[in-house]
Amino acid sequence: MENKVEKQIEIAAPVAKVWDALTDAEKFGTWFRVKLEGPFVAGEVARGRVTWPGYEHLKWVATVKEIVPEKLFSFTWHPYAVDPGMDYSKEEPTLVEFRLEATAMGTLVTVTESGFDKVPEARRAEAFRMNARGWEQQMKNIEEYVLGEK
Amino acid sequence: MEKSEALSGGEAEAFAALGDWTRMLLVVRLATAGQNGELCSIEDLSKFVRQQGVRLTRQAVTKHLQRLERGRLVRGARHGRERLYELDPVGIGEMRAYLEMVSAHWERALGRLKEFVEGSE
Repeated sequence: MENKVEKQIEIAAPVAKVWDALTDAEKFGTWFRVKLEGPFVAGEVARGRVTWPGYEHLKWVATVKEIVPEKLFSFTWHPYAVDPGMDYSKEEPTLVEFRLEATAMGTLVTVTESGFDKVPEARRAEAFRMNARGWEQQMKNIEEYVLGEK
Repeated sequence: MEKSEALSGGEAEAFAALGDWTRMLLVVRLATAGQNGELCSIEDLSKFVRQQGVRLTRQAVTKHLQRLERGRLVRGARHGRERLYELDPVGIGEMRAYLEMVSAHWERALGRLKEFVEGSE
């Protein structure tokens, strides 16, 4: 049992190409749905705006931790900082790490997010309410849309 | 998602998210007891923690329980002269829902990354 959420996906493309899609700020923004102001630089804060329909009023802020070419890309952020009137900067951020590994098919991407023990209870309750309000269903629609494009 | 003996996968992740080994032990003990419809005394919990190799005073165990109560992961109530503890479904449910949401978020984000990379030329 570990203090993190971990997800993996295998992509039929060379590591270099996946790395580019992951760490080029503009490309990252395309699939992550965020418009970034500048490139990712280790140790610096990356800022932008969410481009997800209905959430365009939200700022997107992350602090880049490590950029180890074609291996590791990590940043800290405040997940689900969805209330524009609230200052999340005083909360402990969580750590997101992307790791790449070459496979026979192409590239294995592993993403981990850790540090949830520091997410305040109020925020967990908020996420719970969002969930109950049909967040799941909305996401399923998007998932179907994405899969349908294939 | 891997499953441990006493707990289902989602909960196991939530417990792990507590980030403290002693508190996780307490929650594991309460989860097991809860399955048998039992409540636990501080005595019982201290003993369990000791058996797992963690030496703590009763006060320290009480402190960890208080922290868990604040997070609504555990609830305690007086039964006669002692206070008995059980898991609080409110906090456990919230935590599970939160982690499931985070997990689903990354699954979809990775799906879009794959689509993006494989779809471009």
